[in-house]
Amino acid sequence: MVDLAMDGDTTDSNGLLPLALEAVSYRAGDRALIDQVSFRLEDSRRTVILGPNGAGKSVLLRLCHGMLAPSDGTISWGGSAPAATIKRRGLVLQRPVMLRRSVAANIEHVLKIQGVARDLRRGLVNAALDQAGLEPLAQRQARTLSGGEQQRLAIARAWLLEPAVVLLDEPTANLDPGATRAVEELIIRLGATGAKILMTTHDIAQARRLAEEVMFLHHGRLLEHRPAVEFFAGPRDPDAADFIAGHLIR
Amino acid sequence: MNDFSNALSTAFALVTSLDPDLFEIVGLSLEISLSAVVVAAVIGLPAGAALALSRFPGRRPLIIVLNALMGLPPVVVGLIIYLLLSRSGPLGSYGLLFTPTAMVIAQSVLVTPIIAALARQTVADLHEEYDEHLRAIGSGPLQRMATLLWDGRFRLLTAILAGFGRAIAEVGAVLIVGGNILHSTRVMTTTIALETSKGNLALALGLGLILVTLAVSVNAAAMLLGETAHRRYG
Repeated sequence: MVDLAMDGDTTDSNGLLPLALEAVSYRAGDRALIDQVSFRLEDSRRTVILGPNGAGKSVLLRLCHGMLAPSDGTISWGGSAPAATIKRRGLVLQRPVMLRRSVAANIEHVLKIQGVARDLRRGLVNAALDQAGLEPLAQRQARTLSGGEQQRLAIARAWLLEPAVVLLDEPTANLDPGATRAVEELIIRLGATGAKILMTTHDIAQARRLAEEVMFLHHGRLLEHRPAVEFFAGPRDPDAADFIAGHLIR
Repeated sequence: MNDFSNALSTAFALVTSLDPDLFEIVGLSLEISLSAVVVAAVIGLPAGAALALSRFPGRRPLIIVLNALMGLPPVVVGLIIYLLLSRSGPLGSYGLLFTPTAMVIAQSVLVTPIIAALARQTVADLHEEYDEHLRAIGSGPLQRMATLLWDGRFRLLTAILAGFGRAIAEVGAVLIVGGNILHSTRVMTTTIALETSKGNLALALGLGLILVTLAVSVNAAAMLLGETAHRRYG
């Protein structure tokens, strides 16, 4: 059954949204990696956190997923704490962890952890393999896959059990153009299922291709948060303008 | 030199003729050491994994002690188990001293720290790699332990083989708690010690050959296992 009310409507509530951060800081020693960041994400548009390396993008994503606790401020998903809702989100890392098992077993492992009954797992594994175009590789050892294939497997794992939100941390940073294209297509298809996509990248061209909404992060501070069209037409922040003009910002 | 070659040919004859006395001893050795390794693995694998994954005060000293216990002198273990199991000892009422069970206990004590310490290292290394993924999917502590033990299975099997190598080759512990009683608690190493002192070099050397063959096989198996795992799982 397709829920028609959700078609073309990006302001749906998928149960976990809004994601609300209020004055969130994260300090390592006396250095603020994330500095007083506040924002709300209300809808399931694809949101891209853009910024140079070292901006704090990965830390911000981990804070949102509940893998790091903020030094200050609050984070909530639809009113709940990040850690309490962890199983309703998927996370894809820049260098995905591949268990020493087959591709299919890597997917099944997540289902097992999430408490899916054994007899239901096979069908879900096959569906996930199909979605990511990995059926021919199902029995291959995951660690022998190419970088692009590993990243597709990581997305397939994050896609299981209809996640409300999928967080992706620089998912194509280590990939060649062909593999990048395959991963980006998968991300777009994943977003089309209604899952909120929140990803980080330092790649301006990728942000242009994928973002419907941009958050520009620099030195741990959120400098811009606007629809992608507006952002790329003319960033208000001078650092952001420099960055998308291709200058090396400090 | 003549003595040696004579002994060697007699030893070969004993082995190739499947001498019943010799194989009784070999059989008992394997039975005791394999049992001890099973007991040690059942205790040591989860204990090592738990130590790798938990955080509590005094954990570091405990790890240091555990690593040090890998080199526990067999005679000391034998002595302690002897005191525990002897008539006047706290466990004397079970009448276990000078039985194969006592020997299994002694070797288990010897091998458990080896398996636990190697398991801890294996699980800790793997955990460093897997941690972020396991946390991201909301894995509980027991699930985490199961995942890491399973994915470390080949290296853990190597740890178990190392434990078996230690058990089958030690003489001090089984000699003290077993007593080297003919047809009852006589194993390869204790027989070698006894027969050598009696001048019966052929039997001693025959057993020595088998022991060395076993040790080489166990090591070869461990190496093969590691290589296969690396090829297969990357």
